[in-house]
Parts: sequence; C-alpha cells; structure tokens
Amino acid sequence: MSVDVARLPEAGRWRSLYDFYLTTMRTAIASQLQYRVTNYFYMLGMIAEPVVYLVVWTTIAKDQGGAVNGITTGEFAAYYIVWTLVRNMNIVFGAPFWEWRIREGRLAGDLLKPMYILHYDLAYFAGWKFVVVVLWLPIAFGLSAVFHPTLSPTPLEIVVFICAIWGAYLVRSMFQGTIGMLNFWTTRGAAVFDLYMATEMLLSGRLVPLQLMPEWVQTLANFLPFKWTFGFPIESLVGNLSTRDLLLGLCAQALWIGIGLVLFKVAWSSAIKRFVSVGN
Amino acid sequence: MPDPVVHVAELTKIYKVPEREAGLRAAAKALFKRQTRDVRAVEAISFDIEAGEVVGFLGPNGAGKTTTLKMLAGLLYPTSGDARVLGHIPSKREREYLRRMTMVMGNRNQLQWDIPALDSFELNRAIYRLQRDDYLAMRDELIELLDVGDLVRKPVRNLSLGERMKVEIVGALLHRPQVLFLDEPTIGLDVTMQKRIRTFIDVYNRRHGATVLLTSHYMADVEALCKRVIVIHHGRILFDGALAALADEFAAYKTIGVVLENGGIPLDAYGEVVHNEGDRVSIRVPKTETSRVAARLLAEHEVLDLTIEEPPIEDVIESVFAQPAAQ
Repeated sequence: MSVDVARLPEAGRWRSLYDFYLTTMRTAIASQLQYRVTNYFYMLGMIAEPVVYLVVWTTIAKDQGGAVNGITTGEFAAYYIVWTLVRNMNIVFGAPFWEWRIREGRLAGDLLKPMYILHYDLAYFAGWKFVVVVLWLPIAFGLSAVFHPTLSPTPLEIVVFICAIWGAYLVRSMFQGTIGMLNFWTTRGAAVFDLYMATEMLLSGRLVPLQLMPEWVQTLANFLPFKWTFGFPIESLVGNLSTRDLLLGLCAQALWIGIGLVLFKVAWSSAIKRFVSVGN
Repeated sequence: MPDPVVHVAELTKIYKVPEREAGLRAAAKALFKRQTRDVRAVEAISFDIEAGEVVGFLGPNGAGKTTTLKMLAGLLYPTSGDARVLGHIPSKREREYLRRMTMVMGNRNQLQWDIPALDSFELNRAIYRLQRDDYLAMRDELIELLDVGDLVRKPVRNLSLGERMKVEIVGALLHRPQVLFLDEPTIGLDVTMQKRIRTFIDVYNRRHGATVLLTSHYMADVEALCKRVIVIHHGRILFDGALAALADEFAAYKTIGVVLENGGIPLDAYGEVVHNEGDRVSIRVPKTETSRVAARLLAEHEVLDLTIEEPPIEDVIESVFAQPAAQ
C-alpha cells in the first residue's frame, strides 16, 4: 500500500510557487519553440499595426516641419518601436481565450489540478514572453535602422520600464481575465471584450500617443487602467517623465493590479459555480 | 467501521437549458423573454464507496454518469445534496483534496499538445508540489507498468489515440491519487490496448489501494475490474450491488443449453430456440420458468448435458437501459 501523497512533505509555499512558475514558464517556452516559423510570421503580423501608425505620424511630422505637438520624427520612431515590445509583453489570456478554453474542455482539465488558474495563466504567458522578446530583437534592430529613433534612456528609466512592462502585463491579465469570466454567463462575451479593446485603443496610447489627445482625454485616461498598460510603459522609456512621475506610474499600476485582482477573484468565485462542463 | 471514501447523499444536479421554437418570430420573442427548461441530470442519488473498491458506474449516454463524476471531482457545483470524498467536499476544491484524487476523461487530452509527455509530467510535478525523488520513482514505475518508455519522449500530438491514453494515465497518476474517477478510459481503443489499460488499473488498485469509480460502455472493462456496479439512468440510480446480482435483478430470461443424445428434435415448445446445431441446442426461457423447463427437458429427452446460463451482461444492461424514466 502506498503512502498518501497529500501527507508527503511539501516544499515550502513560496519555494513551491517559484518552482511552479519556473516550470510552467519552461513548458511554455518549450511549446512555443516548436513553431519557429509561425512565431516569426506572428511577429511580422504584429509589427504591421505600429509601422502603419509610425509611417502616418512620421509623414505628418515631416509636413509640419519635423514635429507634431512637440514630438519629433525620431521620438515617434522610438515610441512605436518600443510600442512593439510593450504590445507583445501585454498580450494576455483574454476573453476569446477563455471562450476557447471552456468550449474545448481545457478548463475542465485545468480545474482538476491543485493550482489557482490565474497563477497558471500568468506563468504560462510569462514564459511565452521570453520567446517573443528574443524574436523581437532583430525586428527592433531592423525598424531602428529604417526609422532612426531618438532614444537615450537613463538607468532609472530602464529599470522602471522593465517593471512597467511586467506591471502592464499584470494589469491587463487581471482585467481581461475578469472579462473572460463573462463566458460563464454568456457564449458571446466577445462583444464586451470588443468594447474594452476599442476603449483601450483610444485611452491607452496604443493608437496615438496620449499627449496628442485632447486635454480632457488625457485627464480621463489618468483615472482608468488603460493608460498604465500602454502609454505609461512606453513613456517611461522614451518620454521625459520625472522621477516622481515614474514612481507614481508604478504605484498606479500596483493599484490597478490590486483592483483587477479583486475583480477577478470575485468574478471567478461566482463563475466557477456556473461552470457546466457539458460534453467535456 | 471507517468512513467511506466516497459518500454521496441525495446529490442532485439541475441544468438550466435555454430553449425556443424554430423561426424568426420565436427568435425575436426570445430577445425579450428567454425561456429555459430545467434538465435534471442527476436526481437525488445516494451511495457510498469504501476504500480500495473498484466500482463500475454504468448507464447510457446522458444518464448522469459523467455529471456525477464531475461533481465528485469538484468540476461541477451540485444543485443540492451532499458529496464527500476522502472527507472533503469536492465543490470547495481544496488543494489537499485535488492532490489526492484524479479524473481521467477518455476523450480529453490533459497533456501539453506540442511537447513530449515528459515535459508535461514535469509540469505536473510542480503543480502537485511533489518531492523530486517521489516523483521520479512514481513516474518510472508508471512508465514501466504501461510500457511507454519510448512514447514519453515524442510530442503528444504525434501519438496515436491508444498511446496518448496511456501517457495521459501516467500524467494523471504521478501524484499517487487515492481516488480515481475514470470516465471511459478505454473509449475508442483497440481490444489489445483496452486490455492493457484494464490490467494496469487492476494493478494500480492492488498496489496502491486506490478507490476507483469507473464509467465505461465496454462491459469487458466492467467485468474485468468491478465486483460492484452502480447503474444510473435518467439521473436516478436503478441498481447498486454486486455485478453478479445485476442479472438476477434485471434479466428477464436465462439460457438453457442442452446436448441431446439424438439431435434434430424440435424444442420450440420449451422456449425461444436461439441456437440449434446438431445435438447442441440453446433455448431462451423466462427466468421464472427456468427450473420447470429444465426439469421437463430432462424428463422428456435423452439429455447428455444441461447448463443454465445468465444472459450476457451486455444484454442485461440493455434491458436496464430500456426502462422508461420514472414520472
């Protein structure tokens, strides 16, 4: 007769969590590396959006004597090249993924395991990011060679940027995960997701640097989570934010992570009771 | 007497299913007022399972088997009733409970699709927080038992259905679960593979003293593994007892086989002749008539041999499933 595993000594909680994150990230990297060509095509597709913005704004800037609202062509180039990294870093498991996960029966398998689903999602996509960053580097070099960005960050800005892109990843994970919970109530959660994405597009600095937006939009953006997932991480590296603004930005991210986490937990505890798992 | 490993009392699951008539008018009407119907997937079922038992959970499609298993595994939240497994309430999904049980769904892949199963096993080690030595010992034991040493290094997507099922089972048992919920683990597999998995479940049960609740549409699985069966139909339990007693309860007939001194005699007067080959005849007779018909055959013919057999378990189950839902 075997020993009951639940009574076997476990590693410490934090050590186990660290081990779990590391192993899940390794698994994600291994899975991602299976598709080298697909990865590159994905990355090429991903840069199409910022390159369009970049070409448009660079053209406008040149027409207006080299700058739009004080942003030079080199600063536009820096903004949108850093944008490509930030965009890849803040791709998360959103509502469409939750729909797939439920429909394909993957959630049932995940729920059988003694893990908090959010940890798994965060760890898995964090691993995926490492592959993306490696693939991003040559693309960033190529874009730099063509568009000549103006970029001279201080060591503090680099440190804040590194924290901010992970902060953005967490903010987005919490909010998109919460929207994903709608799939437990409706099979058309994507409609709300689309509304979220459209709002984010305008108020995050994804479509246009926020400083080109009207004053009231900039003020509104300060009080919503979107800016802290795009505009702030980019500005922390390419902008001229003061030390105070940099640290306040990180605090704002921490606040939104906290709010998002509470929302996710509330939604999850209610959603899981509605899970029907029919046919899976 | 120790507490049962699985305790189920009046467990019920009701799904709310939206429904409407076909057509544009009904679609427009549904926009303002949704109509739903309650589907009672599992209705007030009760049973206990003791430690180390292997119990077959039988029923036709839609009977409520998988719903019950999912409630016991903590996947579904019961509408009402009480379920306890290893002293835990499954719907609470406590970490300690999830570490002590597993559920294998024959039609579902729980391993990472693109990478070798060994990598998924490693991930399970981290998820279940297994000590490395325990993990390696168990992994190697399972790999040897299922003879999958050469499969676990291939990406899961490159494995055949049967191969994948075997590595799925390894992945699901690495944490040495005390309770196994097996939902059609042999579905779609060839006879050899079915037998292999059957043997494995038997060995695992004996070696680790695990409690097993198994659903399967293959009676060979049930006959090989389960002394006890629970039959569920329309969400209600129709039978809970020894497999051998199932035929007594539900079989409407028995089969009398006779070997006659002189073949070719018509025996239709005794019952339904289902097989007649020379001097060997099989006659299906109502269960209550068996003794009387056997006695008549012995008295009226030169009988060299006579056997009385229960109908095949498939036929018994079929007759159980043919019962209408209780109103």
